[in-house]
Amino acid sequence: MKAYIERDDKTVEVQGKTVKDVLEKLKINPVTVIVTRNSEMITEDAELKKSDSIRILSVVSGG
Amino acid sequence: MMACKKCSSSPVFRLSGGEKLCKQCFTDYFEGKARKTIRQFGMLEDNDNVAVALSGGKDSTAVLNILHRMQQRNKNFRLFAVLIDEGISGYRPETIKSAKAFCKKNSIPLRIYSFKQHFGLTLDQMMKKTRLIPCSVCGVLRRYLINKAARELKATKLVTGHNADDESQVIIMNILRGNNEASARLGPITGVVRDKKFVVRVKPLYFLLEKEVTAYAFLNGLLDKLNECKYAHESYRGEVRDMLNTMEARHPGTKTGILNSFIEILQLLKQKYKAKGAVGSCRLCREPSSGDVCKACDIIRQLKG
Repeated sequence: MKAYIERDDKTVEVQGKTVKDVLEKLKINPVTVIVTRNSEMITEDAELKKSDSIRILSVVSGG
Repeated sequence: MMACKKCSSSPVFRLSGGEKLCKQCFTDYFEGKARKTIRQFGMLEDNDNVAVALSGGKDSTAVLNILHRMQQRNKNFRLFAVLIDEGISGYRPETIKSAKAFCKKNSIPLRIYSFKQHFGLTLDQMMKKTRLIPCSVCGVLRRYLINKAARELKATKLVTGHNADDESQVIIMNILRGNNEASARLGPITGVVRDKKFVVRVKPLYFLLEKEVTAYAFLNGLLDKLNECKYAHESYRGEVRDMLNTMEARHPGTKTGILNSFIEILQLLKQKYKAKGAVGSCRLCREPSSGDVCKACDIIRQLKG
Protein backbone atom coordinates (compact mmCIF):
# COMPACT_ATOMS: atom_id res chain seq x y z
CA MET A 1 0.00 0.00 0.00
CA LYS A 2 0.99 3.64 -0.26
CA ALA A 3 1.81 5.70 2.81
CA TYR A 4 2.28 9.46 2.58
CA ILE A 5 4.56 10.76 5.33
CA GLU A 6 3.69 14.42 5.79
CA ARG A 7 6.76 15.47 7.79
CA ASP A 8 9.11 14.26 5.04
CA ASP A 9 6.66 15.15 2.26
CA LYS A 10 7.17 11.77 0.61
CA THR A 11 5.12 8.72 -0.32
CA VAL A 12 6.47 5.24 0.31
CA GLU A 13 5.32 1.74 -0.63
CA VAL A 14 4.91 -0.37 2.51
CA GLN A 15 3.11 -3.55 3.59
CA GLY A 16 1.41 -4.34 6.89
CA LYS A 17 -1.81 -5.86 8.25
CA THR A 18 -2.53 -2.96 10.56
CA VAL A 19 -1.55 0.69 11.06
CA LYS A 20 0.64 -0.46 13.96
CA ASP A 21 2.56 -2.84 11.63
CA VAL A 22 3.11 -0.09 9.07
CA LEU A 23 4.37 2.41 11.66
CA GLU A 24 6.74 -0.20 13.07
CA LYS A 25 8.12 -0.92 9.59
CA LEU A 26 8.62 2.79 8.95
CA LYS A 27 10.17 3.22 12.43
CA ILE A 28 7.62 5.88 13.35
CA ASN A 29 6.59 6.20 17.01
CA PRO A 30 2.74 6.00 17.07
CA VAL A 31 2.66 8.64 19.82
CA THR A 32 3.99 11.21 17.35
CA VAL A 33 1.46 10.80 14.53
CA ILE A 34 -2.17 10.44 13.57
CA VAL A 35 -3.08 8.30 10.58
CA THR A 36 -5.88 8.86 8.07
CA ARG A 37 -7.42 6.80 5.26
CA ASN A 38 -9.81 8.42 2.79
CA SER A 39 -9.68 11.56 4.96
CA GLU A 40 -10.94 9.60 8.00
CA MET A 41 -8.78 9.15 11.07
CA ILE A 42 -8.08 5.51 11.97
CA THR A 43 -6.75 3.78 15.09
CA GLU A 44 -3.53 1.78 15.29
CA ASP A 45 -5.30 -1.58 15.18
CA ALA A 46 -7.27 -0.65 12.02
CA GLU A 47 -6.77 -3.35 9.39
CA LEU A 48 -5.31 -2.30 6.07
CA LYS A 49 -5.67 -3.62 2.51
CA LYS A 50 -2.97 -3.68 -0.14
CA SER A 51 -4.97 -1.18 -2.18
CA ASP A 52 -5.19 1.33 0.70
CA SER A 53 -3.58 4.75 0.70
CA ILE A 54 -2.85 6.20 4.11
CA ARG A 55 -1.54 9.56 5.33
CA ILE A 56 0.74 9.82 8.34
CA LEU A 57 0.44 13.26 9.93
CA SER A 58 2.94 14.51 12.49
CA VAL A 59 1.56 15.83 15.77
CA VAL A 60 4.75 17.64 16.77
CA SER A 61 4.58 21.43 16.62
CA GLY A 62 7.17 23.22 14.60
CA GLY A 63 7.42 26.49 16.46
CA MET B 1 -11.46 -3.67 15.46
CA MET B 2 -13.54 -2.91 18.53
CA ALA B 3 -16.22 -0.21 18.44
CA CYS B 4 -16.35 3.12 20.30
CA LYS B 5 -16.46 2.42 24.03
CA LYS B 6 -19.33 4.83 24.57
CA CYS B 7 -21.64 4.45 21.57
CA SER B 8 -20.49 1.50 19.36
CA SER B 9 -19.75 3.69 16.33
CA SER B 10 -16.56 3.24 14.35
CA PRO B 11 -13.57 4.37 16.47
CA VAL B 12 -11.10 7.02 15.33
CA PHE B 13 -8.89 7.42 18.40
CA ARG B 14 -7.39 5.23 21.09
CA LEU B 15 -6.76 6.97 24.42
CA SER B 16 -3.58 6.17 26.34
CA GLY B 17 -5.69 4.08 28.76
CA GLY B 18 -6.74 1.86 25.82
CA GLU B 19 -10.36 3.01 25.34
CA LYS B 20 -11.34 3.70 21.75
CA LEU B 21 -13.68 6.53 20.83
CA CYS B 22 -15.57 7.63 17.70
CA LYS B 23 -15.33 11.16 16.33
CA GLN B 24 -18.19 12.59 18.39
CA CYS B 25 -17.27 10.82 21.64
CA PHE B 26 -13.62 11.82 21.24
CA THR B 27 -14.62 15.47 20.68
CA ASP B 28 -16.86 15.30 23.78
CA TYR B 29 -14.03 13.70 25.79
CA PHE B 30 -11.52 16.35 24.64
CA GLU B 31 -13.72 19.39 25.26
CA GLY B 32 -14.93 17.88 28.55
CA LYS B 33 -11.38 17.45 29.77
CA ALA B 34 -10.47 21.06 28.88
CA ARG B 35 -13.63 22.33 30.65
CA LYS B 36 -12.81 20.19 33.70
CA THR B 37 -9.31 21.71 33.85
CA ILE B 38 -10.82 25.21 33.61
CA ARG B 39 -13.19 24.40 36.51
CA GLN B 40 -10.63 22.51 38.62
CA PHE B 41 -8.15 25.37 38.62
CA GLY B 42 -10.68 28.23 38.53
CA MET B 43 -9.26 29.46 35.24
CA LEU B 44 -12.29 31.53 34.26
CA GLU B 45 -14.57 33.72 36.35
CA ASP B 46 -17.80 35.56 35.58
CA ASN B 47 -17.29 38.74 33.54
CA ASP B 48 -13.73 37.82 32.59
CA ASN B 49 -12.38 39.52 29.49
CA VAL B 50 -10.55 36.59 27.94
CA ALA B 51 -7.69 36.99 25.46
CA VAL B 52 -6.54 33.88 23.62
CA ALA B 53 -2.94 33.98 22.40
CA LEU B 54 -3.54 32.78 18.86
CA SER B 55 -0.78 31.66 16.51
CA GLY B 56 -2.95 30.02 13.85
CA GLY B 57 -1.43 26.64 14.78
CA LYS B 58 -3.36 23.64 16.04
CA ASP B 59 -2.99 24.18 19.80
CA SER B 60 -4.09 27.80 20.04
CA THR B 61 -6.85 27.32 17.44
CA ALA B 62 -8.14 24.27 19.36
CA VAL B 63 -8.29 26.14 22.67
CA LEU B 64 -9.94 29.15 21.00
CA ASN B 65 -12.51 26.82 19.43
CA ILE B 66 -13.35 25.30 22.84
CA LEU B 67 -13.71 28.71 24.52
CA HIS B 68 -15.81 29.97 21.64
CA ARG B 69 -18.16 27.00 22.04
CA MET B 70 -18.32 27.56 25.81
CA GLN B 71 -19.11 31.20 25.23
CA GLN B 72 -21.90 30.37 22.81
CA ARG B 73 -23.56 28.30 25.51
CA ASN B 74 -22.96 30.67 28.39
CA LYS B 75 -22.13 34.28 27.60
CA ASN B 76 -20.72 35.22 31.00
CA PHE B 77 -17.30 36.15 29.64
CA ARG B 78 -15.99 38.15 26.69
CA LEU B 79 -13.60 36.56 24.22
CA PHE B 80 -11.07 37.84 21.72
CA ALA B 81 -7.82 36.67 20.13
CA VAL B 82 -4.37 38.28 20.09
CA LEU B 83 -1.75 37.32 17.56
CA ILE B 84 1.93 38.26 17.68
CA ASP B 85 3.47 38.78 14.25
CA GLU B 86 7.21 38.33 14.80
CA GLY B 87 7.97 38.94 11.14
CA ILE B 88 9.17 35.50 10.06
CA SER B 89 8.97 35.22 6.30
CA GLY B 90 7.77 31.95 4.83
CA TYR B 91 6.02 31.02 8.09
CA ARG B 92 4.02 33.69 9.85
CA PRO B 93 2.05 35.09 6.86
CA GLU B 94 0.44 31.66 6.30
CA THR B 95 -0.51 31.22 9.94
CA ILE B 96 -1.91 34.78 10.09
CA LYS B 97 -4.10 33.87 7.13
CA SER B 98 -5.40 30.78 9.00
CA ALA B 99 -5.97 32.78 12.20
CA LYS B 100 -7.85 35.54 10.36
CA ALA B 101 -10.04 33.04 8.53
CA PHE B 102 -10.92 31.19 11.75
CA CYS B 103 -11.76 34.39 13.64
CA LYS B 104 -13.81 35.79 10.77
CA LYS B 105 -15.80 32.56 10.40
CA ASN B 106 -16.59 32.53 14.11
CA SER B 107 -16.99 36.31 14.59
CA ILE B 108 -14.18 36.47 17.15
CA PRO B 109 -12.38 39.84 17.38
CA LEU B 110 -8.69 39.49 16.46
CA ARG B 111 -5.93 41.97 17.33
CA ILE B 112 -2.48 41.69 15.79
CA TYR B 113 0.65 43.11 17.47
CA SER B 114 3.89 43.03 15.52
CA PHE B 115 7.57 43.06 16.48
CA LYS B 116 8.14 45.59 13.69
CA GLN B 117 5.59 48.00 15.12
CA HIS B 118 6.66 47.63 18.77
CA PHE B 119 10.40 46.98 18.59
CA GLY B 120 11.17 48.61 15.22
CA LEU B 121 12.49 45.39 13.67
CA THR B 122 11.07 42.08 12.46
CA LEU B 123 12.61 38.87 13.86
CA ASP B 124 14.17 38.28 10.42
CA GLN B 125 15.85 41.72 10.60
CA MET B 126 16.96 41.08 14.19
CA MET B 127 18.62 37.81 13.20
CA LYS B 128 20.79 39.62 10.66
CA LYS B 129 22.19 41.76 13.47
CA THR B 130 22.90 39.21 16.18
CA ARG B 131 24.28 35.79 16.94
CA LEU B 132 21.72 35.27 19.71
CA ILE B 133 19.61 32.13 19.34
CA PRO B 134 16.41 33.08 17.45
CA CYS B 135 14.13 31.03 19.75
CA SER B 136 15.55 32.82 22.82
CA VAL B 137 15.07 36.29 21.30
CA CYS B 138 11.62 35.41 20.00
CA GLY B 139 10.55 33.76 23.28
CA VAL B 140 11.47 36.79 25.41
CA LEU B 141 10.00 39.38 23.01
CA ARG B 142 6.85 37.38 22.32
CA ARG B 143 6.09 36.83 26.03
CA TYR B 144 6.74 40.55 26.65
CA LEU B 145 4.51 41.72 23.82
CA ILE B 146 1.64 39.31 24.40
CA ASN B 147 1.46 40.40 28.05
CA LYS B 148 1.59 44.07 27.10
CA ALA B 149 -1.07 43.53 24.41
CA ALA B 150 -3.37 41.61 26.76
CA ARG B 151 -3.06 44.34 29.39
CA GLU B 152 -3.61 47.18 26.90
CA LEU B 153 -6.70 45.39 25.61
CA LYS B 154 -7.93 45.07 29.21
CA ALA B 155 -7.86 41.29 29.29
CA THR B 156 -8.35 39.74 32.73
CA LYS B 157 -7.11 36.32 31.57
CA LEU B 158 -4.68 35.28 28.89
CA VAL B 159 -5.33 31.79 27.53
CA THR B 160 -2.53 29.84 25.87
CA GLY B 161 -2.61 26.57 23.95
CA HIS B 162 0.12 24.82 25.98
CA ASN B 163 -0.56 21.09 26.11
CA ALA B 164 0.60 18.15 28.25
CA ASP B 165 3.60 17.51 25.98
CA ASP B 166 4.83 21.13 26.18
CA GLU B 167 4.56 21.22 29.94
CA SER B 168 6.01 17.76 30.69
CA GLN B 169 8.98 18.57 28.43
CA VAL B 170 9.74 21.79 30.32
CA ILE B 171 9.34 20.09 33.71
CA ILE B 172 11.86 17.40 32.73
CA MET B 173 14.22 19.94 31.11
CA ASN B 174 14.22 21.97 34.36
CA ILE B 175 14.89 18.83 36.43
CA LEU B 176 17.75 17.77 34.17
CA ARG B 177 19.25 21.26 34.44
CA GLY B 178 18.63 21.44 38.19
CA ASN B 179 16.49 24.55 37.76
CA ASN B 180 13.64 24.24 40.25
CA GLU B 181 13.24 28.00 40.37
CA ALA B 182 12.11 27.99 36.73
CA SER B 183 9.67 25.15 37.49
CA ALA B 184 8.12 27.26 40.27
CA ARG B 185 6.86 29.56 37.49
CA LEU B 186 5.12 26.72 35.62
CA GLY B 187 1.70 25.12 36.16
CA PRO B 188 -1.84 25.39 34.75
CA ILE B 189 -2.14 29.01 35.97
CA THR B 190 0.77 31.44 36.09
CA GLY B 191 1.34 35.10 36.88
CA VAL B 192 -1.31 35.17 39.65
CA VAL B 193 0.54 37.02 42.40
CA ARG B 194 3.79 38.24 40.88
CA ASP B 195 2.78 41.67 39.63
CA LYS B 196 -0.35 43.60 38.72
CA LYS B 197 1.14 44.26 35.30
CA PHE B 198 1.16 40.54 34.53
CA VAL B 199 -2.08 39.29 33.04
CA VAL B 200 -2.93 35.88 34.57
CA ARG B 201 -2.11 33.11 32.10
CA VAL B 202 -4.17 29.93 31.97
CA LYS B 203 -3.69 26.67 30.06
CA PRO B 204 -6.95 24.73 29.52
CA LEU B 205 -5.15 22.06 27.41
CA TYR B 206 -2.73 21.34 30.27
CA PHE B 207 -3.72 17.67 30.63
CA LEU B 208 -4.33 16.98 26.90
CA LEU B 209 -1.60 15.25 24.91
CA GLU B 210 -0.26 16.78 21.71
CA LYS B 211 -1.56 13.75 19.80
CA GLU B 212 -5.04 14.38 21.24
CA VAL B 213 -4.88 18.08 20.32
CA THR B 214 -3.89 17.18 16.76
CA ALA B 215 -6.69 14.61 16.53
CA TYR B 216 -9.23 17.15 17.84
CA ALA B 217 -7.99 19.77 15.37
CA PHE B 218 -8.13 17.28 12.48
CA LEU B 219 -11.60 15.96 13.37
CA ASN B 220 -13.00 19.46 13.73
CA GLY B 221 -11.48 20.90 10.57
CA LEU B 222 -8.99 23.11 12.44
CA LEU B 223 -5.80 21.48 11.19
CA ASP B 224 -4.10 23.43 8.50
CA LYS B 225 -1.18 22.16 6.51
CA LEU B 226 2.01 21.56 8.45
CA ASN B 227 3.71 24.86 8.98
CA GLU B 228 7.12 24.91 10.51
CA CYS B 229 9.04 27.94 11.74
CA LYS B 230 12.36 28.16 9.92
CA TYR B 231 14.15 29.03 13.16
CA ALA B 232 12.80 26.04 15.13
CA HIS B 233 15.80 24.00 16.19
CA GLU B 234 15.38 23.43 19.88
CA SER B 235 17.87 20.59 20.12
CA TYR B 236 17.73 20.11 23.89
CA ARG B 237 13.94 20.21 23.99
CA GLY B 238 13.91 17.92 20.96
CA GLU B 239 15.98 15.34 22.83
CA VAL B 240 13.68 15.49 25.86
CA ARG B 241 10.63 15.31 23.59
CA ASP B 242 11.95 12.20 21.84
CA MET B 243 12.78 10.57 25.16
CA LEU B 244 9.30 11.25 26.56
CA ASN B 245 7.63 10.02 23.36
CA THR B 246 9.61 6.78 23.56
CA MET B 247 8.60 6.38 27.20
CA GLU B 248 4.96 7.24 26.43
CA ALA B 249 4.83 4.61 23.67
CA ARG B 250 6.30 1.94 25.96
CA HIS B 251 4.55 3.07 29.13
CA PRO B 252 1.31 4.90 28.28
CA GLY B 253 0.46 7.54 30.87
CA THR B 254 4.08 8.68 31.41
CA LYS B 255 3.42 12.33 30.50
CA THR B 256 0.27 12.53 32.62
CA GLY B 257 2.23 10.95 35.49
CA ILE B 258 4.86 13.68 35.23
CA LEU B 259 2.19 16.41 35.31
CA ASN B 260 0.33 14.90 38.27
CA SER B 261 3.54 14.51 40.28
CA PHE B 262 4.50 18.06 39.43
CA ILE B 263 1.13 19.52 40.45
CA GLU B 264 1.56 17.84 43.86
CA ILE B 265 4.85 19.61 44.56
CA LEU B 266 4.16 22.88 42.73
CA GLN B 267 2.87 24.78 45.79
CA LEU B 268 6.03 23.82 47.72
CA LEU B 269 8.18 25.13 44.88
CA LYS B 270 6.16 28.35 44.72
CA GLN B 271 6.56 28.89 48.47
CA LYS B 272 10.29 28.26 48.34
CA TYR B 273 10.92 30.68 45.49
CA LYS B 274 8.26 33.26 46.44
CA ALA B 275 10.70 35.92 47.70
CA LYS B 276 12.72 35.74 44.52
CA GLY B 277 9.53 36.12 42.51
CA ALA B 278 9.01 39.71 43.63
CA VAL B 279 9.31 42.04 40.66
CA GLY B 280 9.97 45.71 40.09
CA SER B 281 9.71 47.75 36.90
CA CYS B 282 12.13 48.08 34.03
CA ARG B 283 13.59 51.59 34.10
CA LEU B 284 13.32 51.87 30.31
CA CYS B 285 9.82 50.58 29.52
CA ARG B 286 8.17 50.35 32.99
CA GLU B 287 7.09 46.79 32.25
CA PRO B 288 7.58 44.23 35.08
CA SER B 289 11.18 43.15 35.52
CA SER B 290 13.24 41.40 38.17
CA GLY B 291 16.30 43.44 37.15
CA ASP B 292 17.00 47.13 36.50
CA VAL B 293 16.32 46.61 32.78
CA CYS B 294 13.95 43.89 31.53
CA LYS B 295 15.15 41.10 29.22
CA ALA B 296 13.21 42.51 26.25
CA CYS B 297 14.78 45.98 26.53
CA ASP B 298 18.18 44.38 27.06
CA ILE B 299 17.82 42.44 23.78
CA ILE B 300 16.56 45.50 21.88
CA ARG B 301 19.47 47.60 23.22
CA GLN B 302 21.93 44.96 22.00
CA LEU B 303 20.26 44.81 18.60
CA LYS B 304 20.12 48.54 18.08
CA GLY B 305 23.68 48.91 19.38
